[in-house]
Amino acid sequence: MRRITMWFVATVAVVVLLFSYRTSTMGTTAPAAAAGAGAPGIVSGSTSDSAAAGPPDNSASTSGSGSTSGSTSGSGSTSGSTSGSTGNLVVNGSVAQTRWGPVQVQVHITSGKITEVTALQVPSGNHRDIEINSYAVPQLRSEVLAAQSATIDVVSGATVTSDGYLESLQAALDSAHFKG
Amino acid sequence: MDTTLTRRSFIEQIMGLPISVHVRGPQAGSAEVADAVDTVFAELRLVDALFSPFRPDSLVSAVNRGEPVSDPLLDAVTDLCAQARERTDGYFDATLPDPSGGTRFDPSGLVKGWGLERAAARLAGHEAYVSGGGDMVLRGSWRVGIEDPSRPDRLLTAIEVADCAVATSGGAHRGAHIIDPHTSAPAIGLRSVTVIGPSLTWADVYATAAVARGPQAVVWLAGLPGYEALLVRDNGDLLATPGWPR
Repeated sequence: MRRITMWFVATVAVVVLLFSYRTSTMGTTAPAAAAGAGAPGIVSGSTSDSAAAGPPDNSASTSGSGSTSGSTSGSGSTSGSTSGSTGNLVVNGSVAQTRWGPVQVQVHITSGKITEVTALQVPSGNHRDIEINSYAVPQLRSEVLAAQSATIDVVSGATVTSDGYLESLQAALDSAHFKG
Repeated sequence: MDTTLTRRSFIEQIMGLPISVHVRGPQAGSAEVADAVDTVFAELRLVDALFSPFRPDSLVSAVNRGEPVSDPLLDAVTDLCAQARERTDGYFDATLPDPSGGTRFDPSGLVKGWGLERAAARLAGHEAYVSGGGDMVLRGSWRVGIEDPSRPDRLLTAIEVADCAVATSGGAHRGAHIIDPHTSAPAIGLRSVTVIGPSLTWADVYATAAVARGPQAVVWLAGLPGYEALLVRDNGDLLATPGWPR
């Protein structure tokens, strides 16, 4: 049951990402150790947990540092079995590594329904990055080789100094039309 | 215009820059054109004499010595520098920190484009371009190659544009030489920015300010009416404003 919950929370994280970023390009969502906002796993719940609920599979980040209530669930391990979760649950999703940085959400589940989703981690400056990314022009890269053979009249580049002039493309263009 | 018709180039070194003037058309080889090009170079030499921070007898040097200077061209440049600072949210700033701890007035970043624009006006009526170190004023239609900042012997792309200005700023040839005025640290994030628009003064100011501002400058550039830009990020990725010719 808890595995299903974790999968569900991860899916929620992806859905939250999709809505907040309004872009179809998603990076991989491989889970990673929590960077500090919260260890993945159930952080509180009315269904009691045994303190040693199986071997932890996330030992580096299972200290329960992300608790938001007084009743953290011991090791916070995401594996192991537990009884049915019919009460209130607060679950930290795993950290999704997106192209804009790590994203982690916390989901409140009451009687099997999500009642609240909050972001524990969002990439810093992500909106700016996404905004910038919307101006990307990858298709220009394929024109690079074509441009080499194109006939051009003049070259625009970061300040060509007198020292570098003789080796510049502009010098070649100038000499082709120079009559002395 | 058939390019098999006469085309002639003229080259001089002024302001420490190679200045290339090309004139195309049946009159390109005429004495009249040669005279007009001479006035272009003379204008640039005058601008250099007035505004070079490296010449002790320039207006800029006098200003920095605290001497009273009254000159209409200096007033025009000072006004443009104030406008440039405003239009770029301070990312273009002609008031630079001095090694001694004070500040000095160095309008070089604006004077080059402004001077080239003024000088190119001497070729009104001709199909010609005036390029100073990769920044240019174009009259008539010309094919412009945009240099790859990581490999200056190659081009990123080529565009055909008419009656406009093209300016590229960045650190390809001299290392990181654009400073973010807000942090006083070398600008990071962009290798080069090319701006196209009606005025070389402003295309050059916008390109320089964009390098100082970093990749998010593309959003700002996209909002500038009449100007389009191509940006090369440090990792080689390209950004362009929606109206960039392609």
